[in-house]
Amino acid sequence: MIEVRNITKSFDGKTILHDISAKFETGKTNLIIGQSGSGKTVLVKSIIGLIRPEQGEILYDGRDIMKMDDNQIKDLRKEIGMLFQGSALFDSETVLGNVMFPLVMFTSMSRGEIKDRAQFCLERVNLKGADAKYPSEISGGMQKRVAIARAIALNPKYLFCDEPNSGLDPRTSIVIDELLSDITHEYNITTIINTHDMNSVLGIGENIIFINKGHREWVGNMHEIYHTANEALNEFVFANDLFQKVRKYVISTEHP
Amino acid sequence: MIITDSLATFGKYCLFMTRVITAPDRWKVFFSRTVAEITKLGIDSVPLVIVISVFIGAVCTIQMQLNISSPLIPSYSTGMATREIILLEFSNSILCLILAGKVGSNIASEIGTMRVTEQIDAMDIMGVNSANFLVLPKLVGFLFIMPVLVVFCIFTSIMGGVLISTFTDIIPLSRFIYGIQTMFQEWYVWYGLIKSLFFSYIITTVAAFYGYYVKGGALEVGKASTNAVVASSILILLLDVVLTKLLLQ
Repeated sequence: MIEVRNITKSFDGKTILHDISAKFETGKTNLIIGQSGSGKTVLVKSIIGLIRPEQGEILYDGRDIMKMDDNQIKDLRKEIGMLFQGSALFDSETVLGNVMFPLVMFTSMSRGEIKDRAQFCLERVNLKGADAKYPSEISGGMQKRVAIARAIALNPKYLFCDEPNSGLDPRTSIVIDELLSDITHEYNITTIINTHDMNSVLGIGENIIFINKGHREWVGNMHEIYHTANEALNEFVFANDLFQKVRKYVISTEHP
Repeated sequence: MIITDSLATFGKYCLFMTRVITAPDRWKVFFSRTVAEITKLGIDSVPLVIVISVFIGAVCTIQMQLNISSPLIPSYSTGMATREIILLEFSNSILCLILAGKVGSNIASEIGTMRVTEQIDAMDIMGVNSANFLVLPKLVGFLFIMPVLVVFCIFTSIMGGVLISTFTDIIPLSRFIYGIQTMFQEWYVWYGLIKSLFFSYIITTVAAFYGYYVKGGALEVGKASTNAVVASSILILLLDVVLTKLLLQ
């Protein structure tokens, strides 16, 4: 479990995160949602350790990243998998080379074992036959799946995803969401997803944290979100007619 | 303002180099990447070195002959003067200025693109020292191959002079060869090699520094690449003066 306590962060005198506390549970898909500029990316970067907050605690199963030195942070990062918005695959490496990269860098496995593990990860994300291709030769959805395979190669305890559905068509977005959800449950990972995608919120949001103007305004799950009285959250999630209709339908069909 | 900015940039460069010059996480990966960089930065530059060296060697021979042809000056002086120009300046300083354009822009744009596409962030989050992983093999590889390129440049430049002497009648080949061998000072070869090592350090690290700290998108990568070439060229010229003063006087 990852827990943040009373995180505050400012840039040039402007406070971006105001005393934020939240728990991200193990074995669940934890979603951070909020409008652009709300501070959710700063929160995620703070949790990973790329940004240092002015105050607060960030606990990885009780270990405070704020109190760690560089070597301890480096060791912790070996337990973290990260899926970037643009996939961030290495252009000069093949699909297989990308997935093998963390294994080559951080394990003492033989070349054969590394290759087997990388191929297993690629099969796990339903990507066969693309081993020898370069990232520029595959589609955006396939790139995301390669990035997921690379992120899980070292059996991470924590998985961070920054806008995983950005730039993908709705069908592929659902595939990626289901894949992230399945992997989270299968390997009992603490998954944190930073997203704008309402399909993800309503589809896989087991623990949702809503950030508005740097404040944590709401915590709940994909079932509770239909009943929220929070005005800002309602405006954000049910902004269009379709989602409003979905909300009305869900509420009307629920048993008292 | 310019002084404080320059000092701040220099400080940032020094901090960057402390991250670059550390023991690699995986020596085996480091060696394989270094060999790849030797090929990419050095061996792939050989055609360019050949073309430039042959033509500059030929042009130097023609110009020396035109400018020092006098009954009072022995004809072999053309070969001697051509050799001195090649050994002292062309095969190291001028070659490195040319390579600063080719190799420097290549490094800055490669690393800059990795930065703007979050590939470097991905390495950092994995716990890889990205500065060390990306830059040290380039630095070691280029330092290793640069003396080879300098020696190759000396040889092909002199061959350019030989070719122009053979196929034209501006100077007899035997007089040119005699001039090349007359009053040869071995130290000039070492002087060129030493200078080239300093210049190759500048080319790789300055270009890597500009690429590594790119912010923005494709436009900024292009700007960083240009800035890297300009900065490394100026530093090469400045260092050329300092090293010449130290090594030849």
